[in-house]
Amino acid sequence: MKVDKVIASATTILPLRLKDMSYSVGKTRLLDGIDLTVKAGRRLVVMGPNGAGKSLLLRLCHGLIEPTSGSISWQAQDPRPAAQAMVLQRPVLLRRSVRANLDYPLALAGYARAARYEMVQKTLARFGLIPLAERPARLLSGGEQQRLALARAWALRPQVLFLDEPSAALDPSATRAIEDLIFQFSAEGITIVMTSHDLFQARRLAQDVAFLHRGRLIERGPAAQFFDAPQTPEARDFLGGELIW
Amino acid sequence: MDSPFLIAIGLIAAGDPALTETIALSLKVTLTAVSISCLIGLPLGAGLALAQFPGRGAIVVAFNALMGLPPVVAGLLVYLMLSRSGPLGDLALLFTPTAMVIAQTILILPIVISLTRSVVEDLWAEYREQLRSLGAGRLRAVPTLLWDGRVSLVTGILAGFGRASAEVGAVLIVGGNIAGHTRTMTTAITLETSRGSLGLAVALGIILLLITLSLNAAAWGLAQSARGRLG
Repeated sequence: MKVDKVIASATTILPLRLKDMSYSVGKTRLLDGIDLTVKAGRRLVVMGPNGAGKSLLLRLCHGLIEPTSGSISWQAQDPRPAAQAMVLQRPVLLRRSVRANLDYPLALAGYARAARYEMVQKTLARFGLIPLAERPARLLSGGEQQRLALARAWALRPQVLFLDEPSAALDPSATRAIEDLIFQFSAEGITIVMTSHDLFQARRLAQDVAFLHRGRLIERGPAAQFFDAPQTPEARDFLGGELIW
Repeated sequence: MDSPFLIAIGLIAAGDPALTETIALSLKVTLTAVSISCLIGLPLGAGLALAQFPGRGAIVVAFNALMGLPPVVAGLLVYLMLSRSGPLGDLALLFTPTAMVIAQTILILPIVISLTRSVVEDLWAEYREQLRSLGAGRLRAVPTLLWDGRVSLVTGILAGFGRASAEVGAVLIVGGNIAGHTRTMTTAITLETSRGSLGLAVALGIILLLITLSLNAAAWGLAQSARGRLG
């Protein structure tokens, strides 16, 4: 099992390709004909107004739900490779200690107890969580909880990290801390796919942008191009509307 | 004639052997029944919460309804099973503590199953996507959800314990209230009261109330401290 894991993480699972991917609930098309390639080593920010389908797109990519039609395929033939993790918009922390929360996914992945202890210690140290290790996760502050959620996702050494509004409910300093972590992950070679409704955050973090509008992906490309010269009226309105306040 | 309360306090203070023996048997029977109910009911309730199959709704309703099963009816059912002419008559279990454990398990099991189902179902709604994201399938989620629901579950199990230790109908029918063998606190109260020997009845009543009170205090304290510790 261990050997398999090393091999799995040695081969890249990216790029991730979405081809004419749609997702419907009943007769409502929530995502429609999405074509998108997630390239290795980049920071992709999925943007768009509320209800455009940003979270849904991430959850589909992560494999939490299945597309109604079209395909989502990884370079690795595995339909849902292990070397990818997601921080949900409202991460659920287990009603246990910080340490136990970090240990849990490692136990699921089949690591032995001793190896897990080492990995958890490393993760605690990496995220400045050692003083909080024995505290109940549910009693941490919002910023600390988000840091733990990121740490839990990072502990499995994913190649891709999906982050759904990673700093939505945080104050500016906690937001800054989360963004610093995202830059560090990126520097470590982890591919980032995230949503953000905060235009300034998107400008700071994005290398690539995918712009969703009413379930359709109407623009994608390098961030600079998107912000300086949006091609569609919808994107122009969105950027303009955000900039006014 | 002395007040039954004075006699009761005298009996309790003296540690009357008939009294302590009855208390010990009661606790033994009920604790055993609670343990068996948990062993069966926790995994079954959690499974019921996560499983999807036709007829699930009917089973959920049935277990909910069985929570209100009158103890005498449970006792009657076990009596019919264990009596000489019943299907399990050859086991000669009628009027033994084992029969009482079986009857009480029938009373507590629906409580444990229904409670577990409800607690785990709520947690599952909250945890589902997160657990899937972390790599836990439905089956692996069961112990996770049981553990994370531990506070509510223990509170409910204590409620089950309360129901079993307070009921008289089932143990009376299948146990027979035989002194030193199957006499529990509740059956003894029934007997002593009808015999006019109120001292022992009141003494047992006091003990029974104290047990119920301390159980509830324990449940409350546990929930309080857990809220502080676990969030």
